[in-house]
Amino acid sequence: MALKGNLRDFSITQLLNLISMARKTGTLILERSPEQLFISFREGKLSYARDGTDSSGLAMVLYRSKKLNAAQVRAITQKAQGITDKELGLLLINSNYLSQQEILTSLQSYYLNMFNRLFTWSEGLFRFENELLPPADKITVRIGLENLILEGTRRMREWEQLQDEIPSLDMALKFSDRPGVNLRNLNLNVEEWKVISFINPKNTIHQIAKATKKNDIEIRRIVYSFIQAGLIELIRPVGVPVPPPPVQSKITPPQASKTEQKSLIFRIISRIRSL
Amino acid sequence: MQTVKMVVTGPFNAGKTEFIRSISEIEVVSTEKKISSEAERVKAHTTVAMDFGRISIDENLVLYLFGTPGQRRFDFMWEILSEGMLGFIVMVDSARPETFREARNILETFHAYAPTPYVVAANKQDDADAWEIEDMRIALRLSSQVKLLPCVATDREAVKKVLLELLYSILEEMDTSDVPSADEKRSVG
Repeated sequence: MALKGNLRDFSITQLLNLISMARKTGTLILERSPEQLFISFREGKLSYARDGTDSSGLAMVLYRSKKLNAAQVRAITQKAQGITDKELGLLLINSNYLSQQEILTSLQSYYLNMFNRLFTWSEGLFRFENELLPPADKITVRIGLENLILEGTRRMREWEQLQDEIPSLDMALKFSDRPGVNLRNLNLNVEEWKVISFINPKNTIHQIAKATKKNDIEIRRIVYSFIQAGLIELIRPVGVPVPPPPVQSKITPPQASKTEQKSLIFRIISRIRSL
Repeated sequence: MQTVKMVVTGPFNAGKTEFIRSISEIEVVSTEKKISSEAERVKAHTTVAMDFGRISIDENLVLYLFGTPGQRRFDFMWEILSEGMLGFIVMVDSARPETFREARNILETFHAYAPTPYVVAANKQDDADAWEIEDMRIALRLSSQVKLLPCVATDREAVKKVLLELLYSILEEMDTSDVPSADEKRSVG
């Protein structure tokens, strides 16, 4: 029977546990428009992962992990066109430029980054293809799923909490009115400074995430830490009309003139005072 | 006979029933049920539909106080109870910080149902473990415009003060309702 369904009904942790326990080999394809992820397993262990929209080869993975600089990547793509990832890996190892361990660590980190994104998906279609294996020219790894599931479960809890605190990325941010707080004295890292530079009531969190190349969980984490530190506040973006309250039509405040309403409130005040 | 209503809401075991009981002129009509869940067994009974108290204002006007069930599984009642209310009170147990987040969520939910004035009552301020009011304001992420009032729900005078503060807020709202986007200015956060 095909292993397919929706993560809404069968959670990602249940699915991964099943793959691990059944020592499955094949590729799990997950779709949540517009995202598509391909996660491959060999005998129940993570072996390869790729984003449907990102066909980065090894050179780009090493660039992202800062093992190669931009000029080196350019040189590789120009001089070694058509070279496979395995061939490139061997070339870098044989020329003593990088060790096998460095290449594998970069790839593991790249695959895990993609794999961990799954834990923020509460819904999305999935199917497991037994016949679909990683392309032969790609370098695969072998990572047991048990610890990844445990770590992922922790991420899910964090994700749920972050969603609770920041329910929508369509909100904007503004600096809190806290006289005496000087941003320059704050101990922020580069990524946090990037986000800070975009804080403006006109920018939604979603736009800030896009501008700073952060995924949902990364931007939520940073925004949440700023909110907790009392640096910023969530606000409705400037220019966005106030939505009508959802059940406004059903709310029926006393139908009376303002004077009558006030008189009514004064009567209640007077009575409660006298109790 | 004209009737108006106010709603008393808040997390499980925040003191809503006690609050209404302290001020109601009738024995509170309570739909309490024995607690079955071990996790929620901090008290013997809980409200499952609503509490209902009454204060006769004069011969033509009656104020009803409705207490909402505190447990999330009964939240289908919230929207029904919020309909047509003058304002609402969010009760928070000052000694149980683990319920602050839930209180905040309830506040936001009610405010979305009906953007009427509200106050937050920091209940059980007589408890040795009660948080300071200003600490609670930060933890609940309430702006300085939101009234956060110390309260002991078993103390009739404290309950009266909370009700009066809500009524003053309603009056203020009426005075400013001609100013556009008054609701926008009131930050719940």
